Parts: sequence; structure tokens; C-alpha cells
Amino acid sequence: MNKVINKVLFNVTILLFAFLVALILGSVILLIAGVNPLFAYKAMIINPIFSVYGLSEAVVRAIPLMLVGIGISIAFRSKMINIGAEGQLQLGAVAGGAMALAFAGAPKIILIPLTLLAGFMAGGLWGGIAGWLKAKLSVNEVLSTVMLNYIAFQIYLYLIRGPLIDPAELAYGTGVPQTQRMPDSALFDRLILGQRIHSGIFVAILIAILVYYLLWKTSFGFRLRAVGEEPKAAKYAGIKVNKYLVLAMILSGGLAGIAGSVEVIGVHHRVLEGLSANYGFTGIVVALFGSLHPIGVIPASFFFGLLLIGAEMMQRAVDIPSAIVISIQGLVILSVVSSNIILRNPAYRKKFEKLIFNKKLLFWR
Amino acid sequence: MNKILSLEMVNITKRFPGVIANQDVNIKVNAGEVMALLGENGAGKTTLMNILYGLYNPNEGDILINGKKVKIRSPQNALDLGIGMVHQHFMLVPSLTVTENVALGINFKNKFKMDLKVVADKIKKLGEKNNLNVDPNAYISQLSVGEQQRVEIIKALYHGANFLVLDEPTAALTPQETDQLIKWIREIIKDDMGVIFISHKLKEVTEVSDKVEVLRDGKNVFSVQTNKTNVDELAREMAGRDIELPTVDKKNEFGDVVLKVEDVWAKSDKGTDALKGISLALKKGEILGIAGVSGNGQKELAEVITGFRKVNKGKINFKDENIVNKSIQYIIDQGLGFIPEDRLHMGTVPGFKVKENLILKDYLKYPFCKNFILKPKYIESYCKTTVDEYDIKCPNINTPTHALSGGNIQKLILSRELKRNPVALVASYPIRGVDIGAIEYIHEKLLEARNNDVGILLITEELEELLNLSDRIAVIYEGKILDILEADKATKSKLGLLMAGVKEG
Repeated sequence: MNKVINKVLFNVTILLFAFLVALILGSVILLIAGVNPLFAYKAMIINPIFSVYGLSEAVVRAIPLMLVGIGISIAFRSKMINIGAEGQLQLGAVAGGAMALAFAGAPKIILIPLTLLAGFMAGGLWGGIAGWLKAKLSVNEVLSTVMLNYIAFQIYLYLIRGPLIDPAELAYGTGVPQTQRMPDSALFDRLILGQRIHSGIFVAILIAILVYYLLWKTSFGFRLRAVGEEPKAAKYAGIKVNKYLVLAMILSGGLAGIAGSVEVIGVHHRVLEGLSANYGFTGIVVALFGSLHPIGVIPASFFFGLLLIGAEMMQRAVDIPSAIVISIQGLVILSVVSSNIILRNPAYRKKFEKLIFNKKLLFWR
Repeated sequence: MNKILSLEMVNITKRFPGVIANQDVNIKVNAGEVMALLGENGAGKTTLMNILYGLYNPNEGDILINGKKVKIRSPQNALDLGIGMVHQHFMLVPSLTVTENVALGINFKNKFKMDLKVVADKIKKLGEKNNLNVDPNAYISQLSVGEQQRVEIIKALYHGANFLVLDEPTAALTPQETDQLIKWIREIIKDDMGVIFISHKLKEVTEVSDKVEVLRDGKNVFSVQTNKTNVDELAREMAGRDIELPTVDKKNEFGDVVLKVEDVWAKSDKGTDALKGISLALKKGEILGIAGVSGNGQKELAEVITGFRKVNKGKINFKDENIVNKSIQYIIDQGLGFIPEDRLHMGTVPGFKVKENLILKDYLKYPFCKNFILKPKYIESYCKTTVDEYDIKCPNINTPTHALSGGNIQKLILSRELKRNPVALVASYPIRGVDIGAIEYIHEKLLEARNNDVGILLITEELEELLNLSDRIAVIYEGKILDILEADKATKSKLGLLMAGVKEG
């Protein structure tokens, strides 16, 4: 037990240390911009953790990150580098939204699963295309998923500006590109009055557990992992490698699609421009940070959710250009991800463990 | 740089977490002498050499050169002292030329310009002087394994090595290339070169070395002048017990033909005809050996039978059904086992746990799996039994497979294929790179399967293995079966001639 505690303490210490390094580097940027770093960082770190608003918003961001991250983990584990989660997410959002509007009268218990299913199918289709291109025509999946992102984004814009635009926008002549409000029976419940945190978080965690089960406890997952680890041996065992590449991409895209539809019925309640906030790309970092493991992705997405809202709160508190906030966020991600080598590599680990535990640098020892 | 007249490693101890890889190991090699370092996989040979080459620091012990203590902290240190190492897996960039590969390790005076012509000239000179002919302008990818090895040696010599460590240099060589290498080593030591020759092939060791040092479980167990020992004694010291390679007992009754290859044509990866109308028939309870210099279609033969490679023409009947171009899964289900040549990347998924690789072909079947859900309890108990039964040495069944030694990976594959009760088995190079203890075991198991009526197609280039195990031996040459001999009529010289493509009469 003591060992486990030590390990957790160690990991936390290293992560905090990496975080600190990033903040020190970031303070240079802030000083140049003429801002007091201490004040800025208080807004970025202390405020979100000690306010209901901050925590709620962190979870709101963690939900799509988690879903995308799980999907990315599946794809990367079968050696498909899926960069297309952003496009898959957008198509999932618009398909989910359309489904919810089409069956507006249905009861909640049917409509929410239906909406998520629509999101899954649209995202899965988009991911599956890249998988199919790879399997049949050996098209590099990095290339195809990036290109498919562009196409998805244009389809998305077309749909919310054209066929799916809110009739009210047309009637008033304002023409804001967004759909009608989702029917109440399609919406996730808000968990705290006045805050945006919604019950989609349970869906995301449930999916994480299901995917873990699927990958490690079923014959399907066995094949998927075998294909990713060593396609030659998978073929030798009689597995149709190409088929599983496509399936992995369908699942991966499908989860990004669910993330999209969850955003619609959980947060925005409409399909609108700028819905994604780059979750499709940040989700890749989350997945890698979570060791490409569905359960590891859960804490990773909370961490990144906090980071995102922290940056926003800092921007509002100290009134600095968003470019600086984004840079600092980048610094934090870079240094935290780099610190991973200390956590993973046993040799480094030993060195730092000595430093931390033997020299009693830490107040808790 | 001084010449190395003697090199000593004294009381070397190296501990890794949980294992002692070397314990008080002592070796001494003089210039003009070949010392063979012998030991099974995991005996600590490679660790010892990595210490000598500066890749590891020993926990205890010293290295002495010409009687003086030296510290070797990095491969660069080792090279500066005159120690050159040729690794088992070559460290060459395939898309560069010989000259460029050698130049990679040179610190040129001018940092922005490499004078490759000077390098090429020196390579030529070194080659002529040491009888190591390679074209400095050839690309590595165009060279044979033997030639690549020469490049590695030249690289070491270029950097001033006058002491060579050869780590399993013959593992990937053909028998002819091996003979050449041995001759070359005997020649080069006349110039006061010291050589450490690491191997577990006993015959080569007795041919090449002046003295032998045997390691077992990280300790010196035996050291002897080569001319005062023999293969059997070395085998015994290496394994720590008597080794007796089993041989096939003659029988006259075989079962029906189970696998029949008829006039099969197939292309190689390069698109040339690799199999040109090959025909053979394997009976139940028979071991049919396929002899041949590698590259004559053995790989393709194994692959067409097991469904990996497209057959352009011809028939393959397995249990009276034509399985040409059927799916791999289908052929597995019909009861054809396969021990592939590339054991780590094809026979197993290297990143998978031992238990996952043990069920690699059975994970779909009850009781391993029911309604797509794997049954962990049954899998665990099954795998624990198998690991014990087949003596697969691994810390536990959750260890990643790539952490196992070659012999144990091969036992894992063997156990998986045999426990599925195959009707026939294609075994490609089952003992390549495997140590003597494991060879004995693998051969026993193959013979046991034969006696249980399994038909075995044994593809190998080790003549000894063929003669020990086979009921009949077919010689493959340029994609065709040149001749098939009854085992009792086959001799090494007969096979050697046939393998070279010469058919008497």
C-alpha cells in the first residue's frame, strides 16, 4: 500500500514540477505583455479549482475530450493515426442535431440514445472512409483524415447555413448560422442549477469503461490489439487485418461523432458555428497523455478540461490577448507531456525518486 | 593508440533489478588468439560484452588492457582503446553506400564537408590488406548478409580496432559463408589480432577457437583449451546436464498422404518466380525434411501451403481438399500448424503477454471464449499449465513476449501449434538461433508429434537436424524439388552436392 501511495505522490510531484516550469517560462511572456504573472496565474489555477463555475466548466470541456480521446486511443492502438476527429466530431454533431429535431416528439429515453447513435454513425462513416482508403488503396491515413476534416467542415457549414438553419433566423432576416433549439426531450440534464455541467459526463465515463472491456476482455478487442501490435502475426493467426483497420477507424470516428452530438444536446442545445473548440485535436493530446488507455483518458481529460477553463478565466481576469493565453497553454501541455519520460522510463524514474524521497525535499515526508 | 596484447575482465559482476546477469566473471584473451564465449541464451554473454563495449557499467570488477586498468564508459571509449564490436544485428543504414556507412562514425576535421574519396580509398586498402573485399560504392541494401558483415568488420578496423568482438556472427550466414568467416578469422589473428567469438553453435566454436570459456547462469563454469575438449563436453557444460539430441527411429508404416503439393508455381516478393512447379507429398506420421541453401524457395513453399502467398498455378491438397488460395483462417481450421521462420514478428505478437500469444489461434474457441467474451480464468489456468508442460521459462504469463529469449519464444510457438492437435505441421527453421538445451527439447517434441501421427514438413538448412529427424529428405533447388532421398541413404556429402544443384547420374 505504501508503495502505491509513494507512486502516486511521485507522479503528482513530477507533474506539478513540470507545471511549475511551464509557468515560470510563461511568466516571461506575461511580463513582456505587461501583466503581473502572479495575478494572472491566480486567475488561471486557483480560481477554477475553488469555484463551482470553474469546476463545472472544466467537466463540460472534459466530456468531449474524453470521448474523442477514447476514440483516438482505439485508432492509435491499431496503428491508425487518426487526425480526423475534428471533422468526425462536427459531422456527429450535425447528424445528432438533425436526428433530435426530426424525432422531437419522442420521449427522452428513446431520443437521447437515438441522437447519440446518429452521431456515432456519422462520425463512424467519416472515420470508416479513411480506414477503407487505407485498407483498399493504401492511402496514408494521416493525409486522408486531414483532408476529410476540410470536407466535413464545409458540409457542416452548408447544413447549418442551408437546410438545417433555424426558420426563425430566416423569418427575422438575422441569418445566424445555427439550427433550431433542440427539443427538451433530447437534452441532457444539467447537474447543478445555473451551471452547464450535464449528465453527459456519465455517458462518457460509461463509454470509457465499455471500451476498456471491449479492448481487453473480448475476442474483438483481442483481434484489434493484435492487428495494431503486429499485423504480420495477426495475419498469421488468421485475422483479416484490413477489416480490423476499417473497424477501428469506424469506432474511433464514431466516438468522436458521439462527442459532437453530446456537445449539441448537453451544452449548446443547438448546432452552431464554433461548436467544437478544437476538441478533435486536443483529444489527440489527451489520448496520448492517458497512455492510449480508455481508463487513463478519464483523468487526462479532466486535467485538460481544467487547463482550458483556467486559460479562459485568466484571459477574462487580466485582459490580455488570447494569443498569449494560447501560448501559455501550449507551454503547459508541452512541459507536462515531456515530463512523461520521467514517469515512464524506469532509469529516470529511479533517479528522480532518489532526489525526491531520500533527500526529503517534500514536506510530507 | 596502443596495441592490445592482452585483454582481461576481472571479477565482473553486473546486477539488474531482480537478476544477476554476471557474477564474478573472469576472462582473458591474448593477441593472436581466438576465445570462444559459449553459453545458452540468458547465460550472460551479451551482458559481459556490452560491459566491455561500454554500453553497461559493471557493479563490480575491472577491465585490464595490457595489465593496466581501464574505464570504458561508452562505445567511443572502447573504439579509442582499439576494441571493435560486430553486433549480431548489423548497425548499417541500408539506403547508404558502404563508404557512407563507414564515414558515419568519423569526426571529419571540416565539419561541413566529408571527404568520401579518402574514406573509399582507405576502405579499399583495408579490404585488400585483410582480404575483405567489398565495393565501397555499393549500397548496403544490395549486399548479401555475408557482405554486410564484412562491412561491419571493415568499419571496426577503419576505426583502428585491433581486437574484435563478434557477437553470434554466424547466426544469419549460410554454411558456405560461415566456413569463409572461420577461415578469415584464423587468418587475421596471425597479425596479432585478438578475437572474442560468441556463439552457441558448438561445431563452429571448436573449429575457430583456441580456447573456450563457458558461461552458465552468469558465472564461469568451464574454461578449456579447444584442442583438449569436444562438442559433447562443451554441450554438457553449457547446459549443465547431459545433452543427447534425439534421432528418429526408423519405421516402415506410414499413414495416408495428408498434404500433396502438385506442380505449384508462385512468385517471390520481388516478383520473380520463386516456386517453379514444385511437387511433394507428405504422409501422416512422417517427417519430410526440406534441404536447401536458403533463398531457393523454402520461404515461399511454407507460405503457399499455409495460405500466406498467392499460388499462380498448381494444386495443394490437404486432407483431400484443394486449399490453394483459401483463407489463412480456413487452413488453420483444417488442422494445419505452422512454425514460421520469423518467430518474433510472425509467430508471436511481440507486445502481447505470453498468455495472449499462447491463445493466438484459439481465442475464438470455447472454452477460451464464449459469446465474444474472453474467459480469463480458463485462459490463465490453461496457460499456466502449458508454460509448465512445455518448460517455457518466463517470469510469469503476463510478461510481454518480446522479453523472452529466442528459445523460449520458439517453445511458446511450438506448444501453441502442437496443443491444437494439428493434422500436419509446417516447421520453418525451428532451431535457428536457439541454444542446445532448447534444440534438444524442440526435437523431442517434433518426434513425439510424428509418433502421434502428425505429418511434419521440416524446412531447415542444418544438415545435422535433417539427418537426425527426417524420414525422407527432399532437396529444394531454384524453386523445384531436385531429388528426394530416404533418410538412411542420405549423407552430408550427398546432400551438399544436391543443395548445390548437382544431381548425380
